[in-house]
Amino acid sequence: MKYVIAIIRPERLDSVTRELQKVEVSRLTVSPVSGYGAQKGYLEVYRAFEREINLLEKIKLEIAVNDNFLAPTIEAIQKGAKTNEKGEIGDGKIFVLPIEDVIRISTGKVGSDAI
Amino acid sequence: MTIVFADTAWVLISSALVLFMLPGLALFYGGMVRRKNVLSSMMHSFVVMGIVAVLWVVVGYSLAFSPGNWFVGGLDHLFLRGIDYNSTTGTIPTYAFIAFQGMFAIITPALISGAVVGRIKFKSYIAFVIIWSLLVYAPVCHWVWGGGFLTGEALDFAGGTVVHITSGISALAILVFLGKRRGYGVDVIKPHNVTLTLLGAGLLWFGWFGFNAGSALAANKIAALAFMTTFVAPAAAGLTWMIVEWFCTGKPTALGFATGILAGLVAITPAAGFVTPMAAIAIGIVAGIVCYSAVMLKGKLGYDDSLDVFGVHGVGGTTGALLTGVFATVGATGLLSGNAHQLFLQFEGVVITMIYAIVCTLVIGFVLDKTLGLKVSVSEENIGLDQMQHGEKGYNF
Repeated sequence: MKYVIAIIRPERLDSVTRELQKVEVSRLTVSPVSGYGAQKGYLEVYRAFEREINLLEKIKLEIAVNDNFLAPTIEAIQKGAKTNEKGEIGDGKIFVLPIEDVIRISTGKVGSDAI
Repeated sequence: MTIVFADTAWVLISSALVLFMLPGLALFYGGMVRRKNVLSSMMHSFVVMGIVAVLWVVVGYSLAFSPGNWFVGGLDHLFLRGIDYNSTTGTIPTYAFIAFQGMFAIITPALISGAVVGRIKFKSYIAFVIIWSLLVYAPVCHWVWGGGFLTGEALDFAGGTVVHITSGISALAILVFLGKRRGYGVDVIKPHNVTLTLLGAGLLWFGWFGFNAGSALAANKIAALAFMTTFVAPAAAGLTWMIVEWFCTGKPTALGFATGILAGLVAITPAAGFVTPMAAIAIGIVAGIVCYSAVMLKGKLGYDDSLDVFGVHGVGGTTGALLTGVFATVGATGLLSGNAHQLFLQFEGVVITMIYAIVCTLVIGFVLDKTLGLKVSVSEENIGLDQMQHGEKGYNF
């Protein structure tokens, strides 16, 4: 079992969820986040008082998958989150973490059946 | 003519009420866009208060209301020349009349902004508002109210043709050059805060009492009639929209009810002082059904009139203008009182206005697209116009 965390552009969320649906990954947690990386910041103005703000709005996806779903999940996210064919700085990152255990609250099932 | 104080007081209050529709419109539209475009969209309404207020007293009023030819007014009142605080128009000071009409000139281009949200360059929007106000609004206003060739022919109590048909149809025309929002029709583009939209609809209704009842330009029984019709038509339209939507999609949405109210307000505008309250209910019901259908049709036709300016103002204004020719019984006669000719006059007014507004807007759109450029870049559109065009955000951490 793996825990997939992806940081993507907000406007790519719909296309990522569409790609995930195609490979039958139908569970997903989404949260709006802010951060910065290689993509440059931008200038903000408050009442004529300028300052550099480096935080950009991003979307964080979290998906727990069984091992046989890992490759298609990553592929789907990558496909959906790319701005264009070659990809752009700021398209985001995917992190994969091992999962110790999963417990489904309603039934008490544990392990890969509970995902 | 001597000044009647009651009339003056009512028109002054009404003018303020109409200006109050701008923040209402800003909230109405602002709630429907995505959070990254909320300020940009609200600014589209607010900046017009600045631009058109100045433009109106400098040149707009003269083009619309000073004596001219059948097409457009003259330049006699450029910079309000020849008018001072002693001048009167009807039973009110001319300054009150200029202010009241100025508010109408302000709200009309702001209505168009609903079609262009999330992708138009701010400077191009400003240029569009200035040119459109002079080229479309001022002449059409002159035709219908200022002594032009439709004055005394087509009935338009408070601006169904002048305000709503011009803005609604122009919203559609400008899209020819502006195009769709990125992701439209593929991604789900949802309103970010419908509570703002409901508040905006409420403020619009409140302000609309000044818009319609104030158009009597007097504190008299016609003003009271217009007030009543403005009271019941949107109610009927909101309910109709809600019921139709409930029936068709299974859920009565708040956004649908608010949109229905707006459709009713638009449709009763040309008829407000010409029809009975019962006829107003009928107009509201028809407007609710027709505008709902128009908005649903948009999805099938695939143009991105983002906040349904054409579906509500264009279609609602046309419905109202034609129904005025059917139901008019007060101070004029319509089809139901045996005057079929009035319906023809209404139809003529609608068609001429539409053609004129479409042609002018296409020309303006073409020229602006070739010079300033209408649409922002893909990356600006993605990050949002609030940050990229205005350097600020609606919501911060």
